[in-house]
Amino acid sequence: MAEFKLPKNSRVQPGKRFPATPGAKAVREFRVYRWNPDDGANPRLDTYEVDLASCGPMVLDALIKIKNEIDPTLTFRRSCREGICGSCAMNIDGTNTLACTKAIEDCGKGDVEIYPLPHMPVVKDLVPDLTHFYAQYASIKPWLRTQSAAPPKERLQSKADRAHLDGLYECILCACCSTSCPSYWWNGDRYLGPAILLQAYRWIIDSRDEDTGARLDDLEDPFKLYRCHTIMNCARTCPKGLNPAKAIAEIKKMMVERRA
Amino acid sequence: MSTPNRLRSPLKRAIGLGSAKYGTQHFVVQRISAVALFFLVIYVVGLLVSLVGADYATARATVAHPCHAVLLCAFLVAMFWHAQLGLQVVIEDYVHAPGLALVVQMLVRFACVLAALAGLFAIVRIAAGASA
Repeated sequence: MAEFKLPKNSRVQPGKRFPATPGAKAVREFRVYRWNPDDGANPRLDTYEVDLASCGPMVLDALIKIKNEIDPTLTFRRSCREGICGSCAMNIDGTNTLACTKAIEDCGKGDVEIYPLPHMPVVKDLVPDLTHFYAQYASIKPWLRTQSAAPPKERLQSKADRAHLDGLYECILCACCSTSCPSYWWNGDRYLGPAILLQAYRWIIDSRDEDTGARLDDLEDPFKLYRCHTIMNCARTCPKGLNPAKAIAEIKKMMVERRA
Repeated sequence: MSTPNRLRSPLKRAIGLGSAKYGTQHFVVQRISAVALFFLVIYVVGLLVSLVGADYATARATVAHPCHAVLLCAFLVAMFWHAQLGLQVVIEDYVHAPGLALVVQMLVRFACVLAALAGLFAIVRIAAGASA
């Protein structure tokens, strides 16, 4: 059954407070979800007072400052710091987004609350376990599948056909959308979720791919595809401004089209 | 979610039992019945309003009229069919205990079919001119 309450050992407790150094000019509080698999304790919300006068503009800058100067035990993923790797996806100020492209000043008034991506198993602190998400991506066989013999050079594509991939190829698989989707929360074991379905559509609509029918066959399932109830959280949360719900709607249209 | 078996690969778990190759039929029928209901609900509400203040005999005679009888039957079929399809999705979403899900799905179908049959029977009986 859908669970509406966290299990006892997952309830978040109040945590420690790390006060700002004396003489700090522009203090902002960051309340960060902490959980350590090794100490057997419940998760807690630690409060860090960060001096924004000596901090970069983005939430990731604040996290790095906390880790470097205040508390080195804070654990999070980050890599490119420019919104192209998707590593620092987390729930900031109530919305899934990338810490590196979310400006601190764009967070609502008061504390900035930071949690890991919702409804995923947590590895540690802000690091979610995305194993199943990646396995679901692998299950759609996300590469060009062809039947005709390989041409001497590349497989060509018209400019118009290439344009169909705009709004799809930009997806960096950060999992912000899938982990914002209630359908994915309740049925993520079987529902592929917005990110993977957008990726599936990226290959379905590719003019060079010759396995379209098989791709649609693999998706035609009450759970893999039809758990999408157009809730639209995916489109609202996508840090790249993409619209996974539209891609899913296009897949559904094709499903109807090929039987009519 | 079933207990993860650590010896199975994540891909094996993601693939699960594979695609059911089903779901589009459900999707299409749900939408067709929704379109039908859009018009039928307007009609039924109009009919009910037109009967406000009418006596029992007038109401009976109205329902017995072939046009009204057919449209009311269509309304009942579309409504209970649509209700069953919608409830099926809600149960699939939220009820994950395998045995319980099956039982609830069956009960919903029984209830919808019985309610539709009862309504159809009542309309046909009136239309066929049974005495009150």
